[in-house]
Amino acid sequence: MPVIRTQNIVAELSAGTLVEVVCTDPGALNDIPSWCRINGHRVVETRSSADEYVVILEVGEE
Amino acid sequence: MTQQRKAVALISGGLDSLLAAKIVQEQGIHVAGINFFTGFCVEGHTHAIRKRGQDKPKRNNALWVAEQLGIKLHIIDIIDEYKQVVFNPRYGYGANLNPCLDCKIFMVREAHLWCQRNNFDFIITGEVVGQRPMSQRKDTMPVISRRSGADDLLLRPLSARNLPPTLPERLGWVDREKLLGLSGRSRKPQIALAKRFGFEEYAQPAGGCCFLTDAQYSAKLADLWQARGSKQYELDDIMLLKVGRHLRPKPNFKVIIAREEGESNFLRGYRKHYLSIDSLSCPGPVALIDGNVNNQDIELAASLVARYGKGRDATEVEMEVRTPAGTGYLLTVRPLTPEEIPEQWLL
Ligand code: SF4
Repeated sequence: MPVIRTQNIVAELSAGTLVEVVCTDPGALNDIPSWCRINGHRVVETRSSADEYVVILEVGEE
Repeated sequence: MTQQRKAVALISGGLDSLLAAKIVQEQGIHVAGINFFTGFCVEGHTHAIRKRGQDKPKRNNALWVAEQLGIKLHIIDIIDEYKQVVFNPRYGYGANLNPCLDCKIFMVREAHLWCQRNNFDFIITGEVVGQRPMSQRKDTMPVISRRSGADDLLLRPLSARNLPPTLPERLGWVDREKLLGLSGRSRKPQIALAKRFGFEEYAQPAGGCCFLTDAQYSAKLADLWQARGSKQYELDDIMLLKVGRHLRPKPNFKVIIAREEGESNFLRGYRKHYLSIDSLSCPGPVALIDGNVNNQDIELAASLVARYGKGRDATEVEMEVRTPAGTGYLLTVRPLTPEEIPEQWLL
């Protein structure tokens, strides 16, 4: 589950860090931005190719 | 100054947990959400896999609920711990392989531990007396409170007035008069309440909040356990049970056949773990073989997969068989006819 893995990694990082999430689950393009909005992180970029979905986010203040 | 009380709400993504959290939030309580990832409760994931039905929003309903409420949502991976709940439920299964009572006890216990670790005061669920035959009955709801260890720190705002006052009510953290006394299976009061709060497009899962309440899914899980000789599963197993047609031509193997392009893409992601079959001479689905197979079995599987491709009426089609290591070879097979596929193969 990309959201859980993102959540667990982001928990270890300080504000301002950029994280690139690469996954094969197309649902991540909705779920990760939604998770970011809830938790105060900023989505910098989303993109997709034939079989890969990428979200770049900036870790927010706790 | 009175202390700001904090509650954690079990958020499944359905309407009841949304309303329960909202009712408590309205009383000035700080609410955070918790959502447990068991591997079975990922309907949104299946929507994401399949191309069909994409007119519906592709979303994770628990995240959506948290956004509506403006609360944080902590998603907790309980895949491994949850297995014991599925394998050996003390209170048994419901109509299918859903161990609802044990599941609720487990989740409330985890939420209670989370409260203790994070200095939260009490727990909220969206349970309603009489709404579900197993876990939401007047006699089983106290069992959840007691056996989870949460006791009277477990508040059910939608049904509170049908239940004995909990600690948050007795100590005046929340006003019992402003809680509800819903009971029974009718959804009308919840729908009216959602309207009053201005919630639209909420999820209303039929039957339950996870795949274990689904008869076909449960049959496939039971088949998996039988084939493996014991109750066991890994996350990939239970994810794959949600995808494709599952057919078991022989006891030693089953074939998972994609039903459309989205599923073919998803199954391609598992080619490093399973023998896979792809249609070459005509468009057709991707399939995986789960089990220990010999060459004859592979040929049978390829003929079966060919039946679901565009070349189903051809005398021969070319299929590619790939090993998990990535080596492939071509196989020319005759697609099976519908009469050659006994109904009992289909799980
Ligand atoms: S439907 Fe599934 S998630 Fe919901 S209580 Fe039952 S077993 Fe647990």
